[in-house]
Amino acid sequence: MSLRVEVRHERPPLDLRLELPEGAITSVVGPSGSGKTSTLRLVAGLWAPSEGSITFGGTTWFASRARINLPPRDRSIGVVPQRYALFPHLTARQNVEAALLHLPGAQRTPRAEAALARAHVAGLGARYPHELSGGQQQRVAVARAIAREPRVLLLDEPFSSVDRSTRKHLYAELKRLHAELGCTVMLVTHDLDEAALLSSHLCLIRRGRLVQAGATQDVLARPESAEAARLLDYVNVFRASLASHDTDRHLSRLDWHGVPLAAPLDDRFRAGQRVDWVISHAEVLPADAGGHLATDNIVRTTVRDVVTLGDDLHVRLAPDPAPALTLHMKVSRHVAFHRHVSAASPLLVRLTPSAIVTMAPSDDGDESGRGHE
Amino acid sequence: MEWDAIRLSLALAGWTLAFLLPAGIVLARWLATARFAGRHWVEGLLALPLVLPPTVLGYYLLVAMGGSSSLGRWFQAATGTTLAFSFMGLVAASLLFNLPFAVQPIQRAIEAIDPDVREAAVCCGMTPWQTLLRIELPLAWPGVLSAAVLTFAHTLGEFGVVLMVGGNIPGETRTVALAIYDRAQSFDTGAAGSMSLMLLAVSFLTIAVSYGLGNRVPGTRRRR
Repeated sequence: MSLRVEVRHERPPLDLRLELPEGAITSVVGPSGSGKTSTLRLVAGLWAPSEGSITFGGTTWFASRARINLPPRDRSIGVVPQRYALFPHLTARQNVEAALLHLPGAQRTPRAEAALARAHVAGLGARYPHELSGGQQQRVAVARAIAREPRVLLLDEPFSSVDRSTRKHLYAELKRLHAELGCTVMLVTHDLDEAALLSSHLCLIRRGRLVQAGATQDVLARPESAEAARLLDYVNVFRASLASHDTDRHLSRLDWHGVPLAAPLDDRFRAGQRVDWVISHAEVLPADAGGHLATDNIVRTTVRDVVTLGDDLHVRLAPDPAPALTLHMKVSRHVAFHRHVSAASPLLVRLTPSAIVTMAPSDDGDESGRGHE
Repeated sequence: MEWDAIRLSLALAGWTLAFLLPAGIVLARWLATARFAGRHWVEGLLALPLVLPPTVLGYYLLVAMGGSSSLGRWFQAATGTTLAFSFMGLVAASLLFNLPFAVQPIQRAIEAIDPDVREAAVCCGMTPWQTLLRIELPLAWPGVLSAAVLTFAHTLGEFGVVLMVGGNIPGETRTVALAIYDRAQSFDTGAAGSMSLMLLAVSFLTIAVSYGLGNRVPGTRRRR
């Protein structure tokens, strides 16, 4: 009973194959212009792609070959648009009732009141949208979207127009609502933290193509390509050659510009093969920061510059074996002080072996450490 | 005061509104939402009465309605009277020369509705008719109102087309604008003055009241 989307289109360019598991919250994440809102709009039935199909469970919503294209009212959907798009001339309750026109008049008001109560805006039914705060407008938009009891809820950047503290409340409310309703949710967002907090599944898209999909924690921890890694905010993306596998210790050994690196065993690649590898900037640490002197994955570097961001320092390092590249490190101010991290000074760093992710080399053929100056 | 002429002008304005407003709404919505090649030609055709000299429009209408045109012959066969120089002919001409006044304000008002709001209506399960009646028209209400007022006031004041198509037949096609002209020509300044003052007052009142009402539509002032 999952929601399957398989579409191709010229303008905007889309060539996508997505599967959203039933009853789960799936985030569709990508930079602006990646096609995520277009994807949501075609699931909603607001436009039709030139080719492909969209099915939910056993029902076909769109199929170019069979010339099926159900209008939005015949798809079991509720939509929360980015700026909520409440009807400005109707009260909050009338806004919700506007989604219930298929019911006899007498049933609309109680159903609308119930939906407003579910979205925690029960007392605000008589107010017009311009009399509501951003958070209240969002809740009314959610009430309107769930009023028809849709099987699929489509949320387009639903938290982007509210302040930070309201957003946290709304996150919790969305989770609670989802637990109550159990519907399939497609959450379109450009915010990875939001996706990580809310969704159990994640689809990364860029330029209208699917880059990676899977369980949120898997995708976040194990990008499958340099492209996915960059979309997941990994700034340390490099290329190495695979030296050997050490199956006893469950390690793969890499040769990175003459520096031996140990990474979790990845037997998809053979010795001698080129691989890309990435590591989170939080897993690059001053070499003896853990209180013990580690022996592997040590890299000699020179500090290029240091930027303080709150309690953290963002440090750019030039690795001595390949000084043209940039290795990024995020370290607490406290650790940096004790390790004497300062611009132009030498620094030994250790790359946490378990945090290195290896992947097939990307086509661009360039180590991106260079590209993130 | 020529009460016959005043009554006739009001009847003409009323019939014009009754026919033109629904047609104007449908046309305006189509122009506001549909995308098609050659749209500027359609819009240009609709706006023609704004720039054409009324005598030119009147001339063509007279030719189209006259006994030598197929429309004129058909009408005469069907009703026994001519379309030109009749009240019916006047209504038909009035519908045409008022088209831009009825369509443009509604079209602009519908175009000003946030497309997200229209899509939200579709996603709420509304049919196109429900969207028009429940969302678009209430939001475009000031535009509909000003279309109605402009059409009404313009019909009361139209002179050239009415004279060309209707002649100046008392009780049939003699509108208040023609009556004012006639009275002024025969130096009856008293009657011409009082009828002019009445037209001025009615036009000013309707426009001022429509502006006032337009501002009271809930939510429209804060529309994004």
